[in-house]
Amino acid sequence: MGVEKIDAVFTNRKQEGRRALIVYLCAGDPSPEAVATAVEHLAEIGVDIIELGVPFSDPVADGPVIQAASARALANGMNLEKTLLLVQMLRVRLNQPLVLMSYYNPLLQYGLDKLARDLAECGVDGLIVPDLPFEEGGPLREKLKSKKIAAIPLVAPTTTPARLNKITSIGEGFVYCVSLTGVTGARDSLPPGIAAYLERVRKVTDLPLGVGFGISSPDQAVMLAPHCDGIIVGSVVVETIYKKGLAAAAELVRELRQVI
Amino acid sequence: MHLPDVNGHFGSYGGRFVPETLMPALEEIEKAYREAKEDALFIKELNYYFEQYAGRPTPLYFAANLTKYLGGARIYLKREDLNHTGSHKLNNALGQALLARRMGKKRVIAETGAGQHGVAAATAAALLGMECVVYMGEEDTHRQALNVFRMELLGAKVIPVTAGSRTLKDAVNEALRDWVTNVETTHYLIGSVVGPHPYPMIVRDFQAVIGQETRRQILEETGRLPDHLFACVGGGSNAMGLFYPFIQDDGVKMWGAEAAGLGITTGRHAASLTAGRPGVFQGAYSYVIQDEDGQIEPVYSISAGLDYPGVGPEHSYLKDTGRAVYTAISDFEALEAFQLLSRTEGIIPALESAHAVALAMKIVPGLSPEEIVVINISGRGDKDVEQVQRVLRKGEKIRGS
Repeated sequence: MGVEKIDAVFTNRKQEGRRALIVYLCAGDPSPEAVATAVEHLAEIGVDIIELGVPFSDPVADGPVIQAASARALANGMNLEKTLLLVQMLRVRLNQPLVLMSYYNPLLQYGLDKLARDLAECGVDGLIVPDLPFEEGGPLREKLKSKKIAAIPLVAPTTTPARLNKITSIGEGFVYCVSLTGVTGARDSLPPGIAAYLERVRKVTDLPLGVGFGISSPDQAVMLAPHCDGIIVGSVVVETIYKKGLAAAAELVRELRQVI
Repeated sequence: MHLPDVNGHFGSYGGRFVPETLMPALEEIEKAYREAKEDALFIKELNYYFEQYAGRPTPLYFAANLTKYLGGARIYLKREDLNHTGSHKLNNALGQALLARRMGKKRVIAETGAGQHGVAAATAAALLGMECVVYMGEEDTHRQALNVFRMELLGAKVIPVTAGSRTLKDAVNEALRDWVTNVETTHYLIGSVVGPHPYPMIVRDFQAVIGQETRRQILEETGRLPDHLFACVGGGSNAMGLFYPFIQDDGVKMWGAEAAGLGITTGRHAASLTAGRPGVFQGAYSYVIQDEDGQIEPVYSISAGLDYPGVGPEHSYLKDTGRAVYTAISDFEALEAFQLLSRTEGIIPALESAHAVALAMKIVPGLSPEEIVVINISGRGDKDVEQVQRVLRKGEKIRGS
């Protein structure tokens, strides 16, 4: 479980000459049951890693789509405890690694000791905290390490070489490469220089590279694939489910799966 | 001990809790600020604008009528309301705009609640020829329509924020999102001693001119230091500015007035230090009004400038160490103080500052006439008179019914 399970996904995909597909869904949007159904369905059609977002009232790294999904989930009474119940429920049938994305305050208020214990018990394999830079992340990383849960680091195009070295040297699972300077949300085009940026990250770490933020189409995924080990899609899937239903989102995910 | 430490911590408070995209920008700002602070030309230019543009030093006025009325200590008012643009906010806006120009940024963004910081930021940007975008909760654009017009006159673009509670905290979120997107060209001109390091330090240092002047003026006037300092605390920049130069003087008591809104027990307040608990919010670890799950809760105050669920991390530190005492003042008490200062001294304070006056009204009558009190009048009340008029008229109806 945990770090090893995530490592195995990337190793297998690499041997096949393919990339891992990582899909983000907001826990509790619109209900835990609906998310469970979506996760199971998407896993069946080839999603490699499930990223579940714990809703937060002030998600500053997110764009309007995930912000709205978070607000819907909170209005339905979702919280970290219920997200963990959802994970437990999913774990029974799901083989894929499952990582949680949460802003720091809900984790901190839950209590870091209790958090690490419960994440492990529920079967969470990794954790992404978008507002916790490595300087402040020591206490959480320590707790996660003791439970073999991956502390997945984030890097951005603005990250300096010195920071890149420090961040990747303590990360686990994969490096979450934020594709652009901006918040989450589908974009028509990816920023120029993204290949050079990913090569820069590649040079300093042996960890697999997952690229996220702004990816909305199979064409973009094809363009990115040669430069990374995994593609992360969130807003476009969340919005498609919300506006067109799960079947339409599944179709998009199937297309993405085929091209990377 | 000199605070914050190298990682931006005040004891356990402060730090940097932002997306990685912003971390290099924070490092750049800290480096630029530390260099600027040592640069005599930068300091000279800042002082020039303070004196010739903002109108500093602001007076320290002996409020004889209020002193007589309250019948306790001698009360002095630090007149930050007499700054150009009508509040202390210009001190920080000028400092940060000069810093932004030094860093080569041509665009500044800001958030504002009552509009005072937005007006100050728009003013500094106009002065230095920079593009300025101000985020303001939609609710606040209605409460402070005149200030929206002022900002637009000054050439700033005001963007109403319709997310969440449509007040200050949502304006900060939107400003942070803008900054994450445009970080290479844009300086985020944060308006209070909040946010990630180095902002609480930078804003405090630019605002410390309030306390430095107060210290010099009160020594000239009375030959000794004051016994009590009073200031309102939303994010807490005017309070930090007044307090900071006196922190080492144990004999000087410091009092912060938070917004109790309709009353702490009603849950409709904005008193982070009185009724919140430590957490991470908008870039720093500090006292926050939040629910059991760590979600940030809606807050309320009659004063848009105090209507914020967080507070500067240095205030959290001062509270825990007991160096400063924070008390919550209700809307009702603030309104009383608003009227009292207007009638007794002919000074209409901002509703924010009225909270500080209200707290002084509680403490001063119990003090001896030998004691000296300084109340920071952080801003003028012109922006609030319409709102107060509406509230008072409504109140008359309620009393008459």
